[in-house]
Amino acid sequence: MALLEVKDLALGYDSHTIVEGLNFSVNAGDYLCIVGENGAGKSTLMKTILGLREPYGGQIVLGEGLKRSEFGYLPQQSIVQKDFPASVYEIVLSGNQGRCGWRPFYNADDKKRTFEAMERLQITDLAKKCYRELSGGQQQRVLLARALCATRRLLLLDEPVSGLDPKVTVEMYELIESLNKEGITMIMVTHDIHAALTYASHILHIGSDIFFGTRDEYTASEEGRLFTDRKGDQP
Amino acid sequence: MIDKLVMYLQIPFVRYALIVGVLVALCSSLLGVTLVLKRFSYIGDGLSHVAFGTMAIASALRVAAHNTPIESALSATGDMILVMPLTILCAVLLLKTGQNTAVKGDAAIAMLSVGALSFGYLIMNIFPTSGNLSGDVCSTLFGSTSILTLLPADLIVCVALSVIVIVVFVFFYNKVFAVTFDEDFAKAIGTRAELYNLIIAIVTAVIIVLAMDLVGTLLISALVIFPAISAMRLFKSYKAVTVCSVILSVFCAAAGIIISILAGTPVGSTIVAADVAAFAVCWLIGKFGR
Repeated sequence: MALLEVKDLALGYDSHTIVEGLNFSVNAGDYLCIVGENGAGKSTLMKTILGLREPYGGQIVLGEGLKRSEFGYLPQQSIVQKDFPASVYEIVLSGNQGRCGWRPFYNADDKKRTFEAMERLQITDLAKKCYRELSGGQQQRVLLARALCATRRLLLLDEPVSGLDPKVTVEMYELIESLNKEGITMIMVTHDIHAALTYASHILHIGSDIFFGTRDEYTASEEGRLFTDRKGDQP
Repeated sequence: MIDKLVMYLQIPFVRYALIVGVLVALCSSLLGVTLVLKRFSYIGDGLSHVAFGTMAIASALRVAAHNTPIESALSATGDMILVMPLTILCAVLLLKTGQNTAVKGDAAIAMLSVGALSFGYLIMNIFPTSGNLSGDVCSTLFGSTSILTLLPADLIVCVALSVIVIVVFVFFYNKVFAVTFDEDFAKAIGTRAELYNLIIAIVTAVIIVLAMDLVGTLLISALVIFPAISAMRLFKSYKAVTVCSVILSVFCAAAGIIISILAGTPVGSTIVAADVAAFAVCWLIGKFGR
């Protein structure tokens, strides 16, 4: 049984369907990259997997005892966060909220996870700093640490490197790769096709044609060749 | 001047006013950060107009029920029995329209608040409670001196509601933070964001009804928004901002009430003027102080 299985999923917004007949599965330890043109429905797919949107058809089946509260999520930065007065520690700690249920306060276990996650992402020294004063790369590390508090199994990343400079981008990708090697399953939405071809184990291409398979299968496929060639022209 | 103050403080009415003022200021500042950052401050503004409309209905009912047994049930504190549920209902409705992207949230709020305001004034004209209509309207909009004529019963209601607001806030503090900072993430990891948004809306409604007597319906938003924005100039963590805005708000309310007693100025606008002054100081410190 796969960790996550998507069966005949249809997606859309404002009552028109943009993708239909989506079938793929994610096994524990996989690193799946979702690629496709802008507006193809990459982010909508991610939000549907997270349960933030209802699918227009089909279903998403969770396997191996995975619960929704065990999902980790690295969202695209929203406007609200930009001027929010919050310390790094407060934000990372809030990643434990999913396990709290009705419990009003965080317990010792939650705090331990918080410090471990900050340690893992080398942001312990930033704990008291204000989130809005950090650099883009540091902010992404904070949000990644928060996601690690929520999960040890499955992380969903929505354009994790958008707006980061090239050096920090590489660091971010290497960090995600090392977390994947530690056993966390990754699903990443990206339009950086080169990163997808470098790091992913599986690729899902959505758009007018849908492709799902391993990275090597994708490079050999018609969609893959077309898409990578076109993207390759861009600087 | 000190002698005059000490003399006034020995009067129970003045002490009640100070207690109520401080509690209302404390409660209204608690949710300020959340309301400002969730772009909910417009809901607070809309709700205060709704509260004006329901207040007018409540006083009209009192006129209509004149010389009947119902009249005693609709005494000053009794107004709250009608105003509170109606305002909470509108808070929930506004929240729902704000989430529904098909209906423009701000247009719905404008409709509701302007509608409630004019409807309220209309009702007050048809069923005048006293000969001095413009005085009545003015005191509902800008706060009445009735804060200085509180009865022990009013005090008890106010203290009870304040305690409920504070307990709810402390209990849901971490959840409110999670939902305010990043609603999508909170939902994705299984937090019931809709429920907490609902709680935020209801608590906002309760605070607005509470604060209505103190500063009047037009000035309530100032009580909610100013301390939070002032505190955000100075501090960088959510906890520090919340604590600072509570302290600022309580200080400004106490100062405003004392100044208004000594100088004979209107209570509500004096408090808000103190909040504005505090904001100016915080802004200057934030800009040049570091």
